[in-house]
Amino acid sequence: MVPLSYYLVLSAILFGLGVVGFLLKRSVITIFMSIELMLNAVNLAFVAFSYHWQALSGQIFVFFVIVVAAAEAAVGLAIIILVFRTRGSLNVERVNLMKW
Amino acid sequence: MAASTILFFLFGGLAVLGALSLILQRHPIHSALSLILVMASLAVLYLLLGAEFIAAIQVIVYAGAIMVLFVMVIMLLNAGEEERTSLSRTARVVGLPVAGLLLAEVCYLLYRAWPADTVVEADRFLGRTGPIGRLLFTDFVLPFELTSVLILIAVLGAVVLAKKEL
Repeated sequence: MVPLSYYLVLSAILFGLGVVGFLLKRSVITIFMSIELMLNAVNLAFVAFSYHWQALSGQIFVFFVIVVAAAEAAVGLAIIILVFRTRGSLNVERVNLMKW
Repeated sequence: MAASTILFFLFGGLAVLGALSLILQRHPIHSALSLILVMASLAVLYLLLGAEFIAAIQVIVYAGAIMVLFVMVIMLLNAGEEERTSLSRTARVVGLPVAGLLLAEVCYLLYRAWPADTVVEADRFLGRTGPIGRLLFTDFVLPFELTSVLILIAVLGAVVLAKKEL
C-alpha cells in the first residue's frame, strides 16, 4: 500500500546520487558505475509507471535499457582498459588530450 | 503496516544507502559491491511492482553479468584508492545547495503530481515471462532483432578495443 509517488521519489533520489557520483568521482570506473546507477533509477521509474498504467510496454523498454547497458558496459570497459594502457592511470584528470 | 510497505521502505532505504556508499567509498571495488547492493534491492522493488521477469533479469544480467565484468576489470587493472577530490569554493558554497534544492524540488513535484490514492499494492503480477515474451516477439520484434545486431557490434568493438595491438 505504498503510493506511486514514493517509487518516483526514490527513483529521483537514486538518479540524483548517480549525477553527484558522476560529477564528483575521479576514477573512470566509478564514474562509469554512476552511469549504471542512473540507468537503474530510470528503470525503476519505468516499472512504476508500467504498474500504474497496467501497460507492459514499460517493462519491454526496461528490457531494452538493460540490453543497451550490457553492450555499453562491454565497450566502455574495453575503452577503460585501453585508457589505462596508454595513460597508466584511471584518474580522469590525466585523460585531457581533448581538453580545450 | 502491510508487508509490502515494510518491504518497500526496507529495500528502498537499502538502495539509497548503497548509492550513498557508492559515492563515499574511495576504493572502486567497494563502490562496485555497493552498486550490487543497489541492484539487488531494486530487484525486490520490481517484484513488489509485479515485474517478475524484470526482477529476474535484473539479478541475472545486471547484478550477475555486468557487475562481474566491472569487478573483473577493477581487479585486472589493480585499481587503487582514488585521489581525494577537492571541490572549488564556488562548487561548495553554491553548487551543492543548488543541487540539493533542485533534487528537493523534483521530489516535491513528483509527490504532488501523483496523489496519495494511487497506491501500489503488490498483488497484480503484470510482468510475467509469458506476456512479455509474446509482446517481444509480436509488437517489438524489430527492436528485438536490432538489439542482436547491437550486441554483435558491441562484442566486436570490445574485442578490437581491448586487443594488445590495433
